[in-house]
Formats: sequence, structure tokens, C-alpha cells
Amino acid sequence: MSQISVDIRDVYKHYADVLALDSISFQVNKGELFGLIGPDGAGKTSLFRILTSLLLPDEGTAIVEGFDVDRDFREIRKIIGYMPGRFSLYQDLTVEENLSFYATVFGTTVEENYDLIKDIYIQIEPFRKRRAGKLSGGMKQKLALSCALIHKPRVLILDEPTTGVDAVSRKEFWEMLLRLKGSDLTMLVSTPYMDEAELCDRVALLQDGKLLSVNTPARIKEDFQQQLWALRAENMYNLKNDLEGYADIRSVFLFGQDLHITLKQEDRPQKLQAWLENMGHKKIHIETIHPGVEDCFMELMSKEELNQV
Amino acid sequence: MNQDNKVIAVRNMVKKFGNFTANDHLTFNVCEGEIFGFLGANGAGKTTALRILCGLSLPTSGEIRVAGYNIYSDREKIKKRIGYMSQKFSLYEDLKVYENIRFYAGIYGLGRKYIMERTEQLLETLGLQDVRNKLITELPLGWRQKLAFSVAIFHQPSIVFLDEPTGGVDPVTRRQFWDLIYQASNDGITVFVTTHYMDEAEYCDRVSIMDAGRIVAIDSPGELKSTYNVKNMDEVFLAIAR
Repeated sequence: MSQISVDIRDVYKHYADVLALDSISFQVNKGELFGLIGPDGAGKTSLFRILTSLLLPDEGTAIVEGFDVDRDFREIRKIIGYMPGRFSLYQDLTVEENLSFYATVFGTTVEENYDLIKDIYIQIEPFRKRRAGKLSGGMKQKLALSCALIHKPRVLILDEPTTGVDAVSRKEFWEMLLRLKGSDLTMLVSTPYMDEAELCDRVALLQDGKLLSVNTPARIKEDFQQQLWALRAENMYNLKNDLEGYADIRSVFLFGQDLHITLKQEDRPQKLQAWLENMGHKKIHIETIHPGVEDCFMELMSKEELNQV
Repeated sequence: MNQDNKVIAVRNMVKKFGNFTANDHLTFNVCEGEIFGFLGANGAGKTTALRILCGLSLPTSGEIRVAGYNIYSDREKIKKRIGYMSQKFSLYEDLKVYENIRFYAGIYGLGRKYIMERTEQLLETLGLQDVRNKLITELPLGWRQKLAFSVAIFHQPSIVFLDEPTGGVDPVTRRQFWDLIYQASNDGITVFVTTHYMDEAEYCDRVSIMDAGRIVAIDSPGELKSTYNVKNMDEVFLAIAR
């Protein structure tokens, strides 16, 4: 049996003049936790709607567990679990009513697959008589995930489950996903948060409908070919403004308490430090660092822009 | 930043909805030109406090002054002296770029000639001259958010309130957005901002962290990191809110 769970080849999608998906091809392996990383408008939702058979591509093919999204849409709908970006359970049904409704629709029972959702559902079980519309954001999310899992899908598709969610709840949600791993379940998760890429087995970086890269987070970081430096000084605002006038600077980005910079090849940090001291900067601290996925994403974005010129 | 001039002064602010206390004796000041990060988990009470400070809802009790005005008696004056933008709603999608600017500026009673001059300046600064006649829906999200911010401070308010302004914005544009925030702060505008991006918490002069209706920490990112003995604001947030 094939080890490929999702196979996307040369998919294009237009909305009027906008090219939402531009020649997208990648594969997702069975049992993989795969991240689709990119900002709003990158094409994440369009791609997920194609994989869930809710939208047809203009060109190209998409196969999910051996089923074609166009021809075999009925089969696909049986074997996927889908959690759309907007909360879409029945607000006027209770927690347990929603869950048994979804189980029934897929011809199963809550009891049959309870093992799969137990860890998650147990956290909202005290509220099982409460209407879904009255739940807090975090609880809604847990219920939606339970409902998407109750028919034991082979592929779970989660569209921006952590958008608008605070840092703590975000972490908790990813802990739930990581616990689901290890079974045969293939998971596709989209997110605008670059730090979440680190938690995936592999990721696709997506911007303006184009794939910037598909790889493991480790490989994506290895592919960052520049030497990256973290730079700090007493007055960060002036530091950043001044750096734009430095001849050998290649890129400058704010990163929390530091600036992440790359220099043109011939330059040395000692020279930069001397120049900054001369400009009156104090408490200058410069050190070499390893890039994160967000550094790589921005580097790839600027390369993409250069390609277009 | 002018530390002597408190543009937001809050003493014992309480807001109750029935039996539920959404804001439980909040006390804090924000200085002129300061970038103040207002953090907390979902449901901690941030939006409730934000609505009170913007003059959209009255507190149950407490002494609050915003831009020098009393929150109970001068809410209409407060509204004239503040700007506001959020991720969810900022500009009118069925108006063109220049129409949005004119509309917002007009609401604040600015003169026609002044609006025209400043509009040209603004479009040039943002590099939006070529799209001035386009509908907002035709702009990428990142451009839209930058424009929305500029429109929110077009009338040169004392304070601008930003509610998750960078949600979903690409990482490059997110940083350009913060350049605009720094500029505004340098021009003396106080910035009151909520965000779920913890790297952005580092860009603030001070942050407060709310949990279950209370402010549980308030300090500069540097002090908070050393207090909790951690590397970054993400870890501070996890230590406090978990």
C-alpha cells in the first residue's frame, strides 16, 4: 500500500483576476503531521477546500487516500475530518448532542471511537449539557476537534485552529495534536504563526498562492544560506534606522528584543560594531545565531520578489 | 516618552456583568508617547477594559482619566482625542482608498483643504499613490492594515488603541507595521496595543498581563524577563498565564 496520503499535483485556482493557487504540488505521507504555513491570503483555505472536495481546482489533480477530489468526492467525505476556520458546529445543540449528531451522520456511535477523543473530550465533559454557542473559545475548539475525529477519519484537516487564540491555549492545542500522532492519522494543519512550524514533521511555506518551500523544519533552516546575526543596542529604534544607511547591510528585521541582520559577503561584524560605536550607539551586542522558520520565510519571500522583477 | 504626563490613569477600575467580574480593580498608568502592550489570555478581560478606555462602555466603579478627560463625564471628548483600529474591522470595504481617508478625517471634523494635503502626503509615505482609486477589498491585507493604522492616527490623537492589529499579516509586513507604530510613538502618540504575538510584546516599552480579570504583572519586557528568570516574553507569558 502506498505511503502517500495526500498527493497534490499542479493545482491552480483563480478567483476572477486573483490567482489564489499557482501551480501547487506536494505530497503528504501517511501518519504525518503536516503544516501549511503562511499569512492571510496565501491560499491555505483554498487548498484545504479543494482537499475536502468543497471546491474544484481550475487545473491539476488532488488525491486523498487514493481518491480523486473531483471524481470520488463521496468517498473522500467519508474518510476526512475537517475543522474549518470559523466555528461551524450547531450553536443551539448541546456539547453531547453535537458529538452524537456528527457520529450519526457518519454512521457510527460516540462509544465506538471514544478512545480517540477521550483525552480531549474529557476536558469539556463537565459541560456536556451546555449549548455549543455558550462555550468559551477554548472549549469550542476542543468540541470542534472531537466532532472532526469522532468517525475515526484517515485524514484530519484543521484550518487555522489557533488563529486569534492566546499563547497558552495555542500551546495546549498543539499538545493535543501531538498526542494524536502515532496512529495512522494524517494531519494537515494551517497556521499564520511561524513558530508552530517547528512542531510539524514537515511544512509547506505558502505566500500569495505560491509554494516557497516544502520540507522538514530542520531542512528549511539548513537551507538558509546566509550568516545570521542578532544585534542589540541601547536605543533599538535609532539602531534600526541607522542600519538602513549602512552600506554593507543585506537585511534587517526586528525579532523580539533583537534585530536579526545579514551582511553583504565582504563585511565583518567587527567593522559594523565600530561603525555603530562611531554613530554613538551604546551597549552594542552582536552574536551569531541560527535562523528560525520565520527568518527563512522572510528570506524566501524576498527571493520570490526578486524573481518577479 | 514623557513619563510625567499620564495620558491614561486608571485607579481601581471594576466592571461587573451580573455576578461576573470582568475587570477586578485594575490600576495602571500609561505615559505620553509610550508603547504599552496589553496582554492576557482569551477571556482575561482585555476587551472589556479596552471598551471602557475608548469610552464605549462605563465601568462599575473606579477613577479613570483618558487623554486628560474623566471617563464618566467627558466620554465624547475622549472619543475625539483617541484613534482605534482592530484586526476585524478597520476600513470600509466598499469605499475606495482615498474615500476611506476622507471619510475618517471628515468624522473628526478636519478641514477639507487640510485633508487633501495630508492625504497626498500619506499616500506618498505608504507608497499607495497608484491605488488611491481602488476599493479596499483590492488591497492585500498587509497594505490594508498599514493604511488602517495611518487613518486611525490621521487626526493626530493623543492615544491610539490597536486591538490585535497584526493578526494573520505576513512576517515582513508585520514588522513594517511596527515601524509605523515606532514612528507614531516618536511623534508623541501613545500606543495601546493588544497582540497574541509574543515577539511583539518585546517591542513595547511596558506590558501588562491580565489573568482572570486582574493585572498580574506590569513592567518593561526586560524587567519581566529578569523577574521570571526566562529568555523571552513567550516564557514570561506561559509562566504567568498557565
